[in-house]
Amino acid sequence: MDSQNIVGKSVPRKEGRDKVTGRSLYVDDMVLPGMLFGATVRSQVPRGRIQKITFGPGIRWDEFVVVSAPDIPGKNCISLIGDDQPCLASDFVNHAEEPILLLAHPNRHQLPRAVAAVSIEYDSLPAVFTLEESEKCSEIIWGTDNIFKTFLIEKGEVDGIWGKADHIVEGEYQTGAQEQLYIETNGMIAAFDRAHGVTVWGSLQCPYYIHKALMTLCDLPAEKVRVVQMETGGAFGGKEEYPSMLAGHAALLAMKAGRPVKIVYDRLEDMVATTKRHPSRTLHRTAVGRDGKILGGEIDFTIDGGAYLTLSPVVLSRGVIHAGGPYYWPNVRIRGKAVATNAPPHGAFRGFGAPQSLFAMERHMDRIAKTVGISPVEIRRRNFLRPGQTTTTDQVVSEPIDLGRLLDRAVEVSEYRAKKESFVEQNRQGNLRKGVGIAAFLHGAGFTGSGERYLSSVVGVEGCADGSVRVLVSSTEFGQGTKTVLSQIAAEALSLPFEAVSMAQPDTLEVPNSGPTVASRTAMVVGKLVHSAALGVRQTLISTGLLHDGYSLEQFRAACKHYLEAHGPFRAWSRYEAPKDIFWDDQKYRGEAYAAYAWAVYIAEVAVDLTTYAVSVLDFAALQEVGKVLHPLLARGQIIGGVAQGIGFSLYEKVIWENGRMRNGQMTNYIMPTSSDLPPIRVFFEELGNIHGAYGAKGIGELPMDGPAPAILNAVEDALGVPFDCVPLLPEDILEKLADARQFSDDGILWLDGRR
Amino acid sequence: MMDSREGSRQLQIALTVNGEARSVLAYPMDRLLDVLREQLQLTGTKEGCGEGECGSCSILMDGILVNSCLVPVMQARGSNLLTIEGISMGERLHRLQASFLECGGAQCGICTPGMILAAFHLLSQKSEPTMTDIREGLSGNLCRCTGYSQIVEAVADAVNSRTTT
Repeated sequence: MDSQNIVGKSVPRKEGRDKVTGRSLYVDDMVLPGMLFGATVRSQVPRGRIQKITFGPGIRWDEFVVVSAPDIPGKNCISLIGDDQPCLASDFVNHAEEPILLLAHPNRHQLPRAVAAVSIEYDSLPAVFTLEESEKCSEIIWGTDNIFKTFLIEKGEVDGIWGKADHIVEGEYQTGAQEQLYIETNGMIAAFDRAHGVTVWGSLQCPYYIHKALMTLCDLPAEKVRVVQMETGGAFGGKEEYPSMLAGHAALLAMKAGRPVKIVYDRLEDMVATTKRHPSRTLHRTAVGRDGKILGGEIDFTIDGGAYLTLSPVVLSRGVIHAGGPYYWPNVRIRGKAVATNAPPHGAFRGFGAPQSLFAMERHMDRIAKTVGISPVEIRRRNFLRPGQTTTTDQVVSEPIDLGRLLDRAVEVSEYRAKKESFVEQNRQGNLRKGVGIAAFLHGAGFTGSGERYLSSVVGVEGCADGSVRVLVSSTEFGQGTKTVLSQIAAEALSLPFEAVSMAQPDTLEVPNSGPTVASRTAMVVGKLVHSAALGVRQTLISTGLLHDGYSLEQFRAACKHYLEAHGPFRAWSRYEAPKDIFWDDQKYRGEAYAAYAWAVYIAEVAVDLTTYAVSVLDFAALQEVGKVLHPLLARGQIIGGVAQGIGFSLYEKVIWENGRMRNGQMTNYIMPTSSDLPPIRVFFEELGNIHGAYGAKGIGELPMDGPAPAILNAVEDALGVPFDCVPLLPEDILEKLADARQFSDDGILWLDGRR
Repeated sequence: MMDSREGSRQLQIALTVNGEARSVLAYPMDRLLDVLREQLQLTGTKEGCGEGECGSCSILMDGILVNSCLVPVMQARGSNLLTIEGISMGERLHRLQASFLECGGAQCGICTPGMILAAFHLLSQKSEPTMTDIREGLSGNLCRCTGYSQIVEAVADAVNSRTTT
């Protein structure tokens, strides 16, 4: 049964049948006997001192379980990187929608009225809503200077470079908040009894994040906290850290009530109260030679972290490391800063800082091209990183990546040149202006720097009594195909059919901590561990003489059974060990930032309608090198889905803020793309392989989020001749800018930017 | 949202669900979605937004595609309902379900039941839809995972497999 090549084949999704028949159980599908329903009373002001809480008339309060901060058995915080975020605000609120009280009742229909009947009086304080206000420090809302974290990356001698430059190109780029908008809202059920402690079942990405947070919050030892992932209806980072808060709330209510409690947010609560992508501002100042080569530059990257630390330092880290794009910078200084505002904390969202800084880099490349007078294709080709050169963190590019070739292929498959040529003619008449735009980028897979070493993930593979194999990981499935891909890897390593491998439900009682399911690390890092644990099972059976190479499935099953009869439980474990050649200096931010990078060139074709100012994406070609593609169908699905979210980020999804609260927290007024808004997204892979990943895999999930925004805005500039440097770019933004730039020729045709 | 039940009384309401005659005791304004999920234990129908925007709770009511979160159960009295649980024939998948599996049309799965119902409805209206028809036919159902391409391909695949078998 050797070399079956299960890896690389589009085998059926493990849990697919349950999903298409509606049998999959999501948290809201679960009911426990005697279960209550919980709801949250939240702050109505962005910043202030809580003066008085009144439980209004007309509600039978004796029927409700009420939890407030003094009910918390342990420390009142959501333990993550820091402990600054309270689980329930006790005397002070730092953002709108901050949780203050929890209510539970057997009849969920009673809850909305009860929540509305709680009135809270505040001594309101001035709040900070923008990066600029935070930087001015007129109000100090966090620490001594409103700064969560700064990073500095320095390479070469930037200060000496400006005099040698033929061009100095400056630009400022901004990105807005973006809602993850998983279709299943956040939800959690908690139960408590003295013997077993707290158990939570929920929609979540990271069981062990919640495990840690509940131990601190509920003052319970590890063995008295159990976290179980239910089928999870989309996450995209939105269920990385926030579920620790929700699990805390459900657990506190369950502990006080002595009965299980379910909390499922409605869409509005989920949108206004939970995390979003960090808004950002990037300043570029670049010294460029006559030939378009980058001599050096400064990049200043700032993100709005919201009211508490949460994951902002890590988002910032990924943002600054990706800020230089896939280019060679002989000299560079990158400053990163995450600042506090009185908005709900911004958090993990696919790409994690990279889509923000790469948007700036790739818009800036087009600006440089225009300044120097060469094409967007050529400016990139001349500056691409080559094997042997170093990244901004001085990491040597060791893989044989040829970005020029990647670019050529993208130009070819997108028919870039033919389109460019024909649009010159087409744009002379009618009411549509068409353009094409390029984005070239990279995405580091796995945790940054020493991150994987600190995580020290563990994976188990178990030989079961029936002779089947079970993979034990806390890595979660939420659409990407975790269960399928990890099963493929185990099956391939064991030379068994795909069907002989099953996945344990992520349950902290059953599975080891294989790390969080984030950072495009699952296929590459966890997959590699599954591979070695599976080989451990195989070696054990062979070395004990129970199995011989070239075995059949029946022989494997028999050997497994024999082993269990003779020795008891049969599990092989594998723990992450950092590759010897990986060095990272956390202080200087230098070294091997990531064990592997995925590389990509995306090309967008757009049409701008000059009547409505709406931008449509007509064609999208996404070419990437992602190492070995383990499952072509899932990989393609990841790319298309990521590009779709990227198109939303670029052209549709705008969070409207009002006093630090999202005003458009509904699907009717926060607009994500529908099937008729999107073009066919064409996906192309190159496969170089990767020695650090299972069967040569690299990370793939986040990559496609990075490219669409700059490719689309570059295409819009190509169409209109007018640059736009902020996303989302809505029709009204175009209208406003064109109102200044537009000129009409004698025949009434609109011309832009002097293109007559 | 206030408790819609204040001041009303429960009624016995007869429905046909997936071919079976059922009767439920419910308040007239209870959402059909809740009655299906909580009283009939048909949890395959999902809530995504509660305001008729996302289509996750799509079902067929007398052959018409509706958002069950917007339908008061009273309005469904005497009607014939089809939910995801009624789409497959025992253990045999409907061709749409098989195509969704084959083509990668389901990722996280939360929109999938509604999407399959919307596709089922589309095919009942247009037996040979174009790709544009499919994209328009499914545009009332939001999916955040797939970017829709593989869903559209799944529906086209179901059409093709129907015409070839």
